[in-house]
Amino acid sequence: MSTEVLTIRPRLWRRPQVRIIALAAVVALLAAVYLFTGVPGSLLFAAKVRGLTIAAMAVVAVAVGASTVVFHTITQNRILTPSIMGFDAFYGLITTVMVFAFGATGFLSADSMLLWILQVGVMVAFSVVLFTWLFAGKRRSIHLMLLVGIVLGTFFRSFTEWMQRMLDPLDFQVVTDAMFASLTRPDPTLLAFTATLVVAACAVLVPLLPQLDVLTLGEPAAVGLGIDHRRLVMTLFLVVSIMVAASTALVGPILFFGLIVANLAYSYSGSFRHRWTLPTAVLLGLVCLLGGQLVIERLLGWNGTLSTVIEFAGGAFFLYLVLRKGAR
Amino acid sequence: MLLVALAAVSLFIGASSEVTVSGVASGDDEALFLLAASRIPRTVALLLVGAALGIAGLIMQMLVRNKFVEPSTTGVTEFATLGMMTALVLWPGMAILPRMAFVSLFALAGTWVFLRIIRFVPVRTLVLVPLVGIMLGGVVGAVTTFFAYRLDLLQALGQWMQGSFSSVMRGRYEFLWIAAVMMILAWIAADRFSVIGLGEEFATNLGLNYRRVVAVGMIVIAVITACVLVTAGVLPFLGLVVPNIVSLMIGDNVRRAIPWVAGLGAGFVVACDLVARVVRFPYEMPLSVVVGIVGAGLFLWLLLRRRGRVH
Amino acid sequence: MIVLTGATKRYGGSTVLDDVTTSFGEEGVVSLIGPNGAGKSTLFGLVGRLIAADAGSVSVDDMDVSSAPSGDLARTLAVLRQDNQIAARLTVQDLVEFGRFPHSRGRLTSVDREKIDEAIAYLSLEDLRTRFLDELSGGQRQRAFIAMVLAQDTKYVLLDEPLNNLDLRHMTEIMKLIRRMADELGKRVIVVLHDINFAATYSDRIVAMREGRIIADASRDEIMRPEVLREVYDTDVEVRQIDGRPVALYYA
Repeated sequence: MSTEVLTIRPRLWRRPQVRIIALAAVVALLAAVYLFTGVPGSLLFAAKVRGLTIAAMAVVAVAVGASTVVFHTITQNRILTPSIMGFDAFYGLITTVMVFAFGATGFLSADSMLLWILQVGVMVAFSVVLFTWLFAGKRRSIHLMLLVGIVLGTFFRSFTEWMQRMLDPLDFQVVTDAMFASLTRPDPTLLAFTATLVVAACAVLVPLLPQLDVLTLGEPAAVGLGIDHRRLVMTLFLVVSIMVAASTALVGPILFFGLIVANLAYSYSGSFRHRWTLPTAVLLGLVCLLGGQLVIERLLGWNGTLSTVIEFAGGAFFLYLVLRKGAR
Repeated sequence: MLLVALAAVSLFIGASSEVTVSGVASGDDEALFLLAASRIPRTVALLLVGAALGIAGLIMQMLVRNKFVEPSTTGVTEFATLGMMTALVLWPGMAILPRMAFVSLFALAGTWVFLRIIRFVPVRTLVLVPLVGIMLGGVVGAVTTFFAYRLDLLQALGQWMQGSFSSVMRGRYEFLWIAAVMMILAWIAADRFSVIGLGEEFATNLGLNYRRVVAVGMIVIAVITACVLVTAGVLPFLGLVVPNIVSLMIGDNVRRAIPWVAGLGAGFVVACDLVARVVRFPYEMPLSVVVGIVGAGLFLWLLLRRRGRVH
Repeated sequence: MIVLTGATKRYGGSTVLDDVTTSFGEEGVVSLIGPNGAGKSTLFGLVGRLIAADAGSVSVDDMDVSSAPSGDLARTLAVLRQDNQIAARLTVQDLVEFGRFPHSRGRLTSVDREKIDEAIAYLSLEDLRTRFLDELSGGQRQRAFIAMVLAQDTKYVLLDEPLNNLDLRHMTEIMKLIRRMADELGKRVIVVLHDINFAATYSDRIVAMREGRIIADASRDEIMRPEVLREVYDTDVEVRQIDGRPVALYYA
């Protein structure tokens, strides 16, 4: 009887569905802890405020998790994130330019809706231009596009650095604050808009999942199997751009944990198929965000930023996996 | 093109002397002193940094078989920054050279940690090596940022990290000679690195101890990164983009690529430095900013001018 | 019919495929032979729409490969390339299933499963179904890729050096399989082969290439002659008749 149990559990555990359910349970647990514990005053009020944060986390987790996994498949390279295309740097540039042009007060008092639209619009436009310029032509190459993205990203960063030197300390502080991602107290309207965009992007993505699977074989094999490679990559890239732009405009540069989450998802999900790796990445993203926020609030007493906690814990966990058994 | 790069470089050396006194020929004592103590070390430093970073990047890409890594993908930069912060906190009055040594120690310790960890990586999944480096860097960087944030040292650290050659002079740049030694080592071992890039079975078949060569390569990379970091701060592009461009132009033979990478890197850095010093004369712009801006234009042009031709 | 008209491909300064005009499709098995760098793989690349021609045109069953929908082409033509590196961890089963993609777009029906099982059986991979590709030997992996191409169930099958990494038994089995594909399943197979004896034994027609051009295109008996082979390979090859079949001797 005891040996039976031992053989059943491992076999069940090998199925991706089971793993995802287990992960979802962990997420639910963390969410419950976050919502209902450590409440100083009215439970209902706290739950409403925190609920909004969780919603923001969900949106961000979907955006970052999905976009990173898709990006990995497009580029056939698992150490990259969409930020390599200069998204974070471009956001920093936009922010700095705006503060520079309108001053700190002007920036802070601007209509947040307008700001959000502007940021998303400019970021998406930038990536679309980059993409069509480098990929839609005859000599298309993802490798080249990535290199150009890297060059442009570094350009933006350096240019931003230069501009920041010319800002006075108050303006500089405003920019720095904007560059640290924050998920607490998101603007409900903005959140709704971001969520809509992300959901729309997912709606485009889901029917393409089987084709994404074929893409893992590499471009030549995929073409041989009848995939319209150019159109597929263009669509996917647009989806990635929209998701990344929307979530960055909402909470600030947030792509850092995409790498951790995606790579953990590949080994945890037990399958190469995107219908399992994508949701796994998203759920892991939620674990990171919820867990990270809990650590900051409850353990560290609000000292430290989300990115610091996640990079530390996520990175350490990844290394632990490697040490334990050459993770794949 | 290599000759052009070298010629341009020697031209710049001449020009850099002119920035203060053109009376070097007249044997002016002060001018000569400036030349020896500041100009020449600075120019030499620039050349070494440009060449060393390019080569370190080339080797990294070869060993890991991924064109999108750079020398800092070993976590060395983060360890060095941690060392810097520790130095600032514990011994704020430390002189430059001891501080550089201290930071280098941290960098080397970081390399040791990195090497110990990648020993656990099955050779089959080579892609894990840069990932480990990135994660390790992330962990250490997070720790550093956390404490720096609390201790309000972020800005000081940021300034230190920024690439600048303004404080490079005799007595401060000697670490780069270590980097030069590393480059020679890389040149000697170039063929081995090429073979490693072909895969483990191939390498072992040719009698190379795969892991040992990888370890040596990583040490070379880390030492170079540490030396450059400690002397001049962080400079973008050199480790990642320069080797890629050379690869696009002349292919992946390491031995053939090394001189090109070194030449392009060195020439580029010297040119940028000149721009940095001249643009807002007599004030100096930080080199990393100039590299980022000028380099972007240059590399974009280099990357895109081949578009008409078939790959 | 696969028709190439004036197909040309250049890389940098060198012309890899030089104004090639020919057609395939009438014979069951055609072997493409020639020295390294002759342009055989490039020709496959052109036909399989993986590479764009610099001049000339290529059509498959009246579909121009540069403009026809990739899906239609994928149901008509399957290509096995020389190097097959995959980053993801796939099992043999996963890989062969991909072969059905042009037909099923990811949703496998019973017909698909039948074809997959058939392909796996043909290549004697039943025991290796659930093994990961990176755990297999070179030859086993090669067979898995051939199974994928077989599962794709196309009229035209292009195999670029399919015998690489295979041991003696499997080399012969694959060649016999190719013959059966043509005779029993009515497929038109074009194989790039290095061993001209295999080409001679199993093909209906042999096309010899050199430096981007077709320099010989005929039946086995006409190609298997020392003077022709010397043209193709730039080395002396003896041809003997063994059991009524020409056999090339180039080992000494």
